[in-house]
Formats: sequence, structure tokens, C-alpha cells
Amino acid sequence: MAAWPGATIQAVSAGALRDNPGRFALALLGVVLGVALGVAVHLINASALNEFKLAVHSLSGDADLVIRGPRAGFDESLYARLARLPQVQAASPAVESEAQLTGRRETLRIIGLDAFRAAQVQPELIAAMRDQLRDLFDAEALLLSHSAAQWLGLDVGDTLRVDVGTSAIEFKVVGLLPPGAYRQRIAVMDIASAQWRLQRLGRIHRIDLRLRPGTDIDTFQRSLAALLPAGVLAATPEAELERSADLSRSYRLNLDMLALVALFTGAFLVFSTQVLAILRRRSQLATLRVLGLTRRALSGMLIAEGALLGALGSGLGVALGCALAALVLRHFGADLGAGYFRIAAPALHIEPVALALYWLLGTAFAIAGAAVPAIEAGRRAPAHALRAGDEEEGLKKLHTFRAGAALILSGFALTAAPPVNGLPVFGYGAIALILLGTLLLMPALAVMTLARLPAWRFPPAMLAVAQLQATPRQVAISIGAIVTSFSLMVAMLIMVGSFRQSLEEWLTGMLPADLYVRAARSGDAGFFTPEQQARIAATPGVGHARFMRSRNLLLAPERPAVFLLAREIATGPASATLPLVSAPYILPSQAPPAAWISEVAADLHGLRPGDEILLPLDAQPSLFTVAGIWRDYARQTGAIVIDRETYIAITGDRLANEAALWLASGSTPREVEPALRERLSAAQSIEITTAREMRGESLSIFDRTFAVTYALEVVAVLIGLFGVSVSFSAQALARRREFGVLRHIGMTRREIGLMLGCEGALVSALGVGFGLALGWLISLILVYVINRQSFHWSIDLHVPWLALAALAAVLVAAASVTAAWSGRRVMSDDVVGAVREDW
Amino acid sequence: MHPFLSVSRRRLLTLLGGLLVAPHALGQAGKRLAPAPHFAAVVPGFTLRFPRDEGSHPEFRIEWWYATGWLESAAKPLGFQITFFRARPELKDDNPSAFTPRQILIAHAAISDPALGRLQHDQRIAREGFALAGAAQGRLDVWIDDWSLKQRDGVYLARIPSRDFSFDFTLAATHRPMLQGNKGLSRKGPRPESASYYYSLPQLKVQGTLTRAGRAESVGGTAWLDHEWSSSYLDREAAGWDWIGINLDDGGALMAFQMRSAQGAKFWAGGSYLAGNGVQRTFEPGEVEFTPVRRWRSPRTGTDYPVAWRIRTAALTIDIAPLMDDQENDTRASTGTIYWEGAVRVLQDGEPVGRGYLELTGYWRRLRL
Repeated sequence: MAAWPGATIQAVSAGALRDNPGRFALALLGVVLGVALGVAVHLINASALNEFKLAVHSLSGDADLVIRGPRAGFDESLYARLARLPQVQAASPAVESEAQLTGRRETLRIIGLDAFRAAQVQPELIAAMRDQLRDLFDAEALLLSHSAAQWLGLDVGDTLRVDVGTSAIEFKVVGLLPPGAYRQRIAVMDIASAQWRLQRLGRIHRIDLRLRPGTDIDTFQRSLAALLPAGVLAATPEAELERSADLSRSYRLNLDMLALVALFTGAFLVFSTQVLAILRRRSQLATLRVLGLTRRALSGMLIAEGALLGALGSGLGVALGCALAALVLRHFGADLGAGYFRIAAPALHIEPVALALYWLLGTAFAIAGAAVPAIEAGRRAPAHALRAGDEEEGLKKLHTFRAGAALILSGFALTAAPPVNGLPVFGYGAIALILLGTLLLMPALAVMTLARLPAWRFPPAMLAVAQLQATPRQVAISIGAIVTSFSLMVAMLIMVGSFRQSLEEWLTGMLPADLYVRAARSGDAGFFTPEQQARIAATPGVGHARFMRSRNLLLAPERPAVFLLAREIATGPASATLPLVSAPYILPSQAPPAAWISEVAADLHGLRPGDEILLPLDAQPSLFTVAGIWRDYARQTGAIVIDRETYIAITGDRLANEAALWLASGSTPREVEPALRERLSAAQSIEITTAREMRGESLSIFDRTFAVTYALEVVAVLIGLFGVSVSFSAQALARRREFGVLRHIGMTRREIGLMLGCEGALVSALGVGFGLALGWLISLILVYVINRQSFHWSIDLHVPWLALAALAAVLVAAASVTAAWSGRRVMSDDVVGAVREDW
Repeated sequence: MHPFLSVSRRRLLTLLGGLLVAPHALGQAGKRLAPAPHFAAVVPGFTLRFPRDEGSHPEFRIEWWYATGWLESAAKPLGFQITFFRARPELKDDNPSAFTPRQILIAHAAISDPALGRLQHDQRIAREGFALAGAAQGRLDVWIDDWSLKQRDGVYLARIPSRDFSFDFTLAATHRPMLQGNKGLSRKGPRPESASYYYSLPQLKVQGTLTRAGRAESVGGTAWLDHEWSSSYLDREAAGWDWIGINLDDGGALMAFQMRSAQGAKFWAGGSYLAGNGVQRTFEPGEVEFTPVRRWRSPRTGTDYPVAWRIRTAALTIDIAPLMDDQENDTRASTGTIYWEGAVRVLQDGEPVGRGYLELTGYWRRLRL
């Protein structure tokens, strides 16, 4: 006797599975996809972060402190001064350069080391390259990391060409760094050769320090501050790591959150599958109760089913996620093509704890999805549940309106919260709460809206409306599945669309000239001398030329360097030159000269118009006044614009990296370009682009970056569509008796199919409608809270109505077809027999 | 603090550069017998002057200052060695950078303590520049960071603060420089270009502080300083050599070396004897004969070293016995070689007559680059 209930439970559960293997498979697939997506994105991020750690470690080795200056570097004499400090056991200087590869668009990071000194702080690296050290004394020699060699298609003995200034220079690849030493694409050469060949004489970019045992790093770091020139800062390698990882942290968080959304959608799918499945088995379950199964045993059985589904699905999901991550890493790299980390093929970095967590999360969601209807099913008096049509009654017990409203309100309240540690945690929390709240409101909303549906003459449509009106709470579950996936998709579309539109407008504003000439495309070794600048300006066909000098500056050790752009500021309001987002600030007469800072710089360094700011332009930092805040999408770490005349007066640096050219009337870029190339001797190392090309290229980079976002969205929508399909099949199965009756009273199969199609159309239209509204709301949070807090730049809201409408139509059509199709399948069964089920 | 890391760092220093070579073997650093045009050559007729020639000769490919000696510590005698090498890489370009490795400086320091049974040693390597490492011209002043060997007020000061031990010694000359070979031109093989400028300062009086395991003790002793520079040191026939520098108890000094061929046979030899009365005699190749007396096999490398010898010279015949057998120096990872370098006692007819250092190279494998 004691074994009886367990055996029955197994029999009943197994029976339910046997009856509907397809539905079970769909539910399982939902969990698998949800968990897999979460795991895959998490693994990709974890691998990327691991690469960062390895990179920073191989660069700074066992250093206790890293001294780092701006991109232009600092005077090498600091190295000797620091090396002689009694607390310093070893000091390793380095020259770092992003060199423009000749004939390619990309740059290569070149590091110049004193291998003897580096051995004292990064022994692993130097040990690995000891065989090549002697060769490195040759000023033309460099070593490539394996990933760089692979990427460039170069081998030992080959020649590497990079642009320095406006001329190309050649290096000989004398060896490859051992595979383990550097995973990034880099080249290593002797520091003396780097200084000389890369035109960095007298300058170095970093010094790694090892301190004598017993030296307090913090105290020493503070005392060091007095010795360091302006713009040169000391940081621990840990801070270095954080800084480099910071750059992509927001991006990675967004991806992680997107994965969680997918997981959530998957969970909702499990939830709706369970609810509907249990509803369908009400009479069966009630029979079990009559036969003596306790409430507790019954709900326990149903929850166990959910747990089984969750455990199995999550297990498969974790495995699929790992495979997916490995595939993505191999083909796209850890940044999914966004260009944050330059690592050829990062290794998959698997953390068993995280995987276990995802498995637990997926299982927990599945259990939660089963628990709600299971508990209700246990509570229901068996006599009621045995009657036909009791499904709706069961759902009436779930009072969710108040909870839903409360969640939505608290969600709104959360949007006002500031970021936590630079991350918009509360913003995402707000979205989750509002989404959940809306789902809880859905039964009430469904009752309300369905009651207002007009009556139709056409019998299938009439029947469809009547059916929906009679079961608003079951319908609400189907609507919920659509709302969940569609609202998130709408929100992402609006956000990305707004971003793209804002970027396009910004590019138009930022690129007013006809032609842009750059000394090197994106490296930092390229520049125009004053004499070359004069030649550019005097080129026939050039009406007006404006030159810009860009450098980077370190303002705070824990923050990445900001870009300094010294350019001509047109007389008159600065808004004519820069896309200002703040009200213009009128400088008082004695105030230090004006500096316009980007939104990112304003946020990261806590600056407002009117504030004074010390810029380490020279050995002595100079005081500037923040005269305005402008929008900048190009420089994620912040940018500061100052007038070039002021810059030259302070630094004496008359070099320029870029020229903006306005053509004289009547001349075309096609004519001017060859003239410019002819006037600048080494033609291949300058880049001439029209504003239109630059706009187009920027937008294509943008689209590439967001391609992954789109891909994730598609998966989320697919999961949502699965939800719709599953709920319709479930409903159709549950209504076999009803179809039997309808067939008996003379409706054709086609008419029943039409009726189901109408139901599908109505349900999905409602889902899409609510989804649109909710999605728009979420997009506001994404644009004004999450985007602002993660990327620190503002974007204007642009709703792509047309695209959304088209998508909505497709979704409604797909849902209608799915609904009709699921009905057709059921009707091929024995409908007459189905009628008998009730008696 | 991080014992593992410190050990590995130190080990790595020994791996560095392919420039750390056995003392006196630095000649390998260059190509044999083919001085590049911009390296100065060792030519007859050059007159060594002091203190000028105690300083660096940067135009030559290699140079070393090499101090060895015996310390009388409270307990038992110890051997010590302090070596500074200067090597000039063959650079194709005249790079104006201050980091250009015009000269590379390397330093070794070691203690032979029978209580320990093996060498304790440490090393430094750096490129010349920024006054962090360098070798002055005109007088002895060579340093890498806080390691230094210099001449001040007529005495030599060696400061070697290291992890396991620290030296802070004053070395005072008691003789004028002992010019080796022909007035300081020491030939290393039958070809005249295979030669170096070479002088020794024997019988240096050592005073100072030796710190080991954080414990400082005053020590005194007797040392020997070799200074040698060349651009083409090794004859192409050379597979290794044996060398001694001995301070005799009667105030005299003896230096002898033989160059061995791949077959182990002597193909060149040299040396000189400074008698207690100050009269110096230089030996022809045929006037020096090394005869092994006892071998010791290294348990680590399996190499057989003749650690005890009978050495017959035209002036006197001596027996030498090591302070301890295991004074093997494994520098395979950097120089590709293993050699023996250690303190030895000197006996004549069974009676102790002096102390010095013995160097044995080319026993593990033929020296090559």
C-alpha cells in the first residue's frame, strides 16, 4: 500500500508525457534555448574578461606599480629617477605605440622593452623569449605574438611595414613570441629601436616597478605622486585591469542582461506550458484526488514534473551554451565583432560554478512555473475540477492585479536610482519589475479588453470571440507569452534605432567639411608637420583647411585616458562647431581658457559647465574652464576639445593629426585628392576620405556591432513564438471535446480552422498591442536610464514605427497560422470519440 | 615575501641574453678571430698605463674585471668571486636613443662555503645608460644599479648587496700591476690576433663586511683582480681552458692557463710568476704543464672535472686541491655551458704555500657559440 501513490504519480506523469511528447519537447526546447543563450553569452564575457586579466598580467607581470602616461608618453629621465629610489627594486621602462599598418586599415600595438629590465618584473615573458634577445638589438628587428603573426600572415624572416609620420618603415620579423606569452596581437622590439624607428626619441610610455620587500605600496604610491609630472600616474596592476575591462564592461553587461531576458522568456514559456498542461489534466488530477491522493502529494507531483523538465532542459541548455560559446569565440572573438578586445581567438574560459548557477536558475524558473498552477490544482475541490469547463474557474483564484500594479510602480520608482559601481543595475531591475508586473496584470487586462470586443456576424469569428470572452484568464497566459518576447524586442529595436538615428545626425554635424585627411588612419604614430600643413592648405582646390591635433591625457589613475582634441573653434557660439547638449556657458572675463568636454568625460570625471579643470598638457598642468558639454559617440573614454591656438601657446606643439578641408567652389574631391597625395611625399600613409565615406563607414561599424544584439533578439522572439505555438497547441488539445461538439452541430473543419485562426489573430493582436505599449515604456528606460548610465552619452528617442508595424503584422499572421495549424492537427483525431471524454 | 618568485626571477637572470658566460670565456661572445672593423684590435706595442687602463675600453668587444679571493671569517675560510663584464654588441645602426645597447654590463657574485657544499651566487645584467649601469673610462668604476666595483683613493671598493649575501669590501693593492704576456699583451693561441690585453693585481688585502642571512660580520682576506679586454679572444681550435690565479704565502703570485683543443690536448699555454722579491717571469707555451690528479663527477650533470692538479711551470711546480669539490656553475640556460670555478689551496711537497682560484671550462661540452 505504501508504494501505491508514488507508482501512480509516475504512471500519471509518464502518461502525460506520452500523450503529448511534442508539447513536452517544445517546453523542453524553450528551457534549453533560454539557458543555452544565457550560458553562451556569459561564457563569452567570462572568456573576454579572462583574456583581459592575462593580457594585463603578461604586460605588467609581477609589477607592484605601473607608471603610465598619456599616449604621447613622458620624458625618459623619469625612468632613471624612479629606478634610483631606495624603495624600488626593479624598474622596467616601455615604449608603447599603436602603429598604423601600411596598406591596412588596422593598427598593431608595438611594445618596446628593455628585456634586461623587463626580466625583473615579467620573468615569464622574458624567459620565453630569451633565445631571441640578441637578435632584438638590431634596430629593424621585432618579434610578433602568435596571434599577430597569424593575423598578418607573416612568419619569421618576413617584413612588416608600418607608417610613422607620413612615411612607411620596415621591420624584420626575427621571431615569434612563445604562444603562451602574449595572446593579443602585438609586436615586441627593443626599447631603443622603438624610440628611434617610431619617432619616440626621449619618450617612454610606461614604467613597471617592483618594490623592495617590505615597502608599503599605498604609502609609496602616494609619495610617488609628487615625483611624477602632470599627466603621469601610478596605479597598481589591479587598477590597470579594472580600467581596461571597464571599457567594455557596460557592453558586456548589456549582453548579459539580454541573455537573462532570453532566460526569462524561456522561463515564461515553461511557466505557460506548465499552467496549461495542468489545466488540461484537471479531470485526471481530480480523479487522482478522488482516489485518495492528498493535496500535498498532488502538487508535489506536478512540481516534480516541472523540476524534471527544468533540470533536463537546463542541463541540455548548459551543454548547448558551451558549444555555442566555443563556436562564437572561434569565429567572432570575445567582443562579438564589436572591436573591444583585440585577441585573435580567446580560449573558452569555463567556470563550473557559473555553469552550475545557470543550471540551477533554469531549473528554478521551471519549478516556479509549475508551482503556481500545481498548488492551485491541489487546492481545487475534486468535484468541481472534474466538471468540464472548470479550467477558467481555477484561474479565477489567482488574484494578481494588486501585485502587478505594485511591481510596476516600484519599477518606475527604480528608474530614478543612480548606477551602482558604474552599472545601471537598477535600470535593469526596473525593466524586470515592470515586465513581471505587466504579466501579473494581464488576466485583469484580458478580462477588460475581451469584454469590449464587438460581436461579429461571421460564425467562426463570433465563436472565436465568444470563446475568448469565456476564458479570458487562459487567454491572458497566451497573451503574456507574446507580450514578454515582443515587448523586449520592441524596446531593443527602439533603443538601437534611436541610437543609430542619433549617431547619423551627430556624424552629419561633426563632419561639416568636404574632405578629411589623416596622417595615419587610426594609429598614433602619424602626424603632419607644420610644413606639411602649409602644403595641404595651399593645395589648389582647397578653399579652407582646419587642422586638429589629438593626444590623450590621463586625468585620474583609475580612469582611462581621455582624448584631447585641439582644433579651431569657430568664432561665435561653440554650438556652431560642436553638438552641445548643455546650455552655453559664458566664461567670466578672467576665467582660464575654455574647454568643451564630452558627455562621457563630464560623467566620468564629475564635471559641469563652469568648473575648472587641470589638463596635463605640458610638464606643468594648465587650468581650463569647462565651457560646455558636447555629445560624442566616437570616444568611449571621454574627449576634451580646446582651441588649437591655446594648445600651441601652451605646448608649442604645432603638429596635427588630421585636416578638415573645405573645397573651393568648382573643385571636386576627385580632383583635389591626387593633388594632395602628390604634395605629401609618402602617399600611401595618408588617408583621404570624404565626409560621406566616413559617415557610411561609421554607420556600418555601428551595424556590425549591433548585429549580435539583433541575433540575440531573434532568438528571444523565436522563444516567444514557441511560447505562442505551445500555448495554442495546448489549448487546442484541451478543446478536443469542444471541437467534437462543433463538428456534431455541423461546422466544417475549415470553419473550425478559421475560428482558431481568428482566435490566434485576436490573441496575438492583443499580445502585440500590449507588447508595443510595454516595449515603448521599456525603451524609454533603455534610452534614458540604461544607455545614459552605461555609456554616458545621451541619445534622442526615435521610434521606428514602420518597422515595428511590419513586425507586429508578421507576428500576428504567424500566430494566426500557428493557431489554425495546431487546431487542424487536433481535428484529424477522432472528434466523435473526443466528445465522449466528458462522460 | 614571494620565495618562489624570487627564485625564479633570479634563475631567469641567469638565463638572460646569451651574454652571461664563464669568466674569462666571454671571448666567445664575439665571432672567433674575425674582429668587425669597428672593434679595436689587440696589437703589439701598446703600453698599458695606470690608472687609465684600469678603466673601461669601450672600443673593444669584451672586457672584464674579475676579483677572486679567500676570506678569513670567524669559523672557516670562504671563497668569493666578484665579476663585472662589459660586452659591446655589434650594432648596425647609430641609434640616437639613450636606450641604445652600446654596452651591456653583466655582473656575477658567488661565495664558496664548504659548510654549504655548493656555490651561492647572484647576478645582474643591464644595458649601459641613464647612469644606472656603466663602465667609466680612465679609472676603474663599473656598476649595475647598486652593485659596483670602483677605485677610490688608491683602493678598490666592491659593493654587492644581494639577496642571499652582501659584500662590502675594500681591496688594497700591495704590488704594482702584474702585466701578463708580453707587457700586457696575452696571446691565447698560435694566431697572433687571438690575444687580449691582460694585467693582474695579486695579493690584494681585503677588509670589509660580509652579510649572510641578515648577519653581518667583519672579514679580512687576500684577493686577486684580473682585468682583461679583447675583441678576438678564442682561437678557433679552442674547446676550453684551465686557469689558475694563486696568491703565494711568501708574497709571490702565480698565473697559469692552458687552452685545450677538442681532443683535450693542450695547444697553447701561458702564465707568469711574480716572486716574493718582485721579479716577474713570463712563461712560454712550452713552460706550463697541467696534469690532472683527481677528478670529481658532478651528480647533477655527470660531468667529470679534474678538480685537483699538479701544475708544473718553468718557475715552480705546485699541487692544487679544491676548497670543496662542488664548485660547479650551471649556466646552460644562458650560455649553453656548464663550468667549474672555485677556490683552491696550493701545496708544494705537501705543505700549504698559497691560495687562489681555479677555472675549468669545456669539460661538459666543447665551448661554442
